[in-house]
Amino acid sequence: MTAVPDRPKRPDSSGDPATARPVLTAPELARVVDRMAHELLEKTGGGADVVLLGIPTRGASLARRLAARITAFEGVGIPIGSLDITLYRDDLRLKSPRALEPTALPPGGIDGKLVVLVDDVLFSGRTVRAALDALADLGRPRAVQLAVLVDRGHRELPIRADYVGKNIPTSLRESVHVQLTEHDGQDAVLLGSAEAGREGR
Amino acid sequence: MKRHLLSAADLSRDDALLVLDTAEELAAVAERATVKKLPTLRGRTVVNLFFEDSTRTRTSFELAAKRLSADVINFSAKGSSVSKGETLKDTALTLEAMGSDAVVIRHSWSGAPVNLARWVRGSVINAGDGTHEHPTQALLDAFTMRQRLGRLEGLRVTIVGDVLHSRVARSNVLLLHTLGAEVTLVAPPTLLPVGVEAWPAEVSYDLDAVLPKSDVVMMLRVQRERMGAAYFPSPREYSRRYGLDVRRAAALKDDTIVMHPGPMVRGMEIAPEVADGPRSTIVAQVANGVSVRMAVLYLLLGGSEPAIGASAHTGDHDRTERTDA
Repeated sequence: MTAVPDRPKRPDSSGDPATARPVLTAPELARVVDRMAHELLEKTGGGADVVLLGIPTRGASLARRLAARITAFEGVGIPIGSLDITLYRDDLRLKSPRALEPTALPPGGIDGKLVVLVDDVLFSGRTVRAALDALADLGRPRAVQLAVLVDRGHRELPIRADYVGKNIPTSLRESVHVQLTEHDGQDAVLLGSAEAGREGR
Repeated sequence: MKRHLLSAADLSRDDALLVLDTAEELAAVAERATVKKLPTLRGRTVVNLFFEDSTRTRTSFELAAKRLSADVINFSAKGSSVSKGETLKDTALTLEAMGSDAVVIRHSWSGAPVNLARWVRGSVINAGDGTHEHPTQALLDAFTMRQRLGRLEGLRVTIVGDVLHSRVARSNVLLLHTLGAEVTLVAPPTLLPVGVEAWPAEVSYDLDAVLPKSDVVMMLRVQRERMGAAYFPSPREYSRRYGLDVRRAAALKDDTIVMHPGPMVRGMEIAPEVADGPRSTIVAQVANGVSVRMAVLYLLLGGSEPAIGASAHTGDHDRTERTDA
């Protein structure tokens, strides 16, 4: 293993979910997603022109859930897609190359649309910076907004979210794990301690 | 640590599938994006070191590196210090001193890339060495097969023609075996290499018997420039026994594809009607070559250490441990 710490947001890359403390349980997480869906509808005037782009893997799942809730509330279909940012990362040279995740744009594309980027955890802001670069190569949205399930602070770039599920003040020694049924068998947000010797970025 | 792509045998099944999956995503980028360039290899330098004539491979590597924003230096032996008597080693050290991160080498000597890998710090990618190997061609062929037929496992692949002089055949046999396909080589006895029994492939001299069972038919160019002696009586006789003409193509299953690594000699190993027909993947192979080479460059150069391949000194298969999920 290299000494370079991974961004502690993937459950299998740092910390031990078994000893982690739940911050959001499944019903709470569902309510938070519902609220974000309402906020999105409110702030975008009913979701016209909105495209939800999730950042794989959990951001893409969250985008699907948000779109499903919006449809349930208002009966409108929101185009969704996924946006892999691997090739745009600024830390590529710090570790061995990663496998790419799928990028899929909705049939209508993103030109002239209000693109809402969706991710599970907002931390340093570097993922979002990479996503903005990736978006610029794919087209020209009318505007870009950001929705995250958890904002854990410690920004390293001037980036903020438009929709936040839950603000969780953390120390860099802690790690945040978002678990979703599609990937982890249950819905939860867990706060754990990063492994000894690892420091969050 | 040194990591190179010298032989198709350097790739484990997981490595090879990682290259193919990565190439698939990269091909999608090229189709989708308004800006086809990715910033991934910005600031890295790739040297194309070509001691043998090549159009498609060199252009393909150049385009692949440029799509990933690497700087590319093209070096061909003609018109360089090589024609003044410089050795491969001195050429390599010169390029290294100029700060290259990867060298893509084509050479008429089998084994030249292996030697080069001992001398330079950067990655070495074999773009064809003599009659030995051409691993990225095998990768793009496998990619094309998977794209057209949806799978590789259990696929029956027939490789026809000048196996003796073909680095494409050797790399394909090794890679396709790794990926679970069954390969049959069909050639006149004079155009099969010594020791072919040891290859993980069947051998046949009867093309008509093998064709109806094939999912993929790969025709090889007869490399007359490498032939010092007569390997067959006449081109006409070769063509009649081992060429893929319209009559033979009609014996193929409906979904069988016909491949050719190029450059092809129309009328010799393949009839123009077949080369331009709906079964032919020849144009797709060229397009896929760029995506596959982008994937190889990304996986070898994109991080702190390569995600695929083997070290030069030992030639073994020790894998770079992946630290990321």
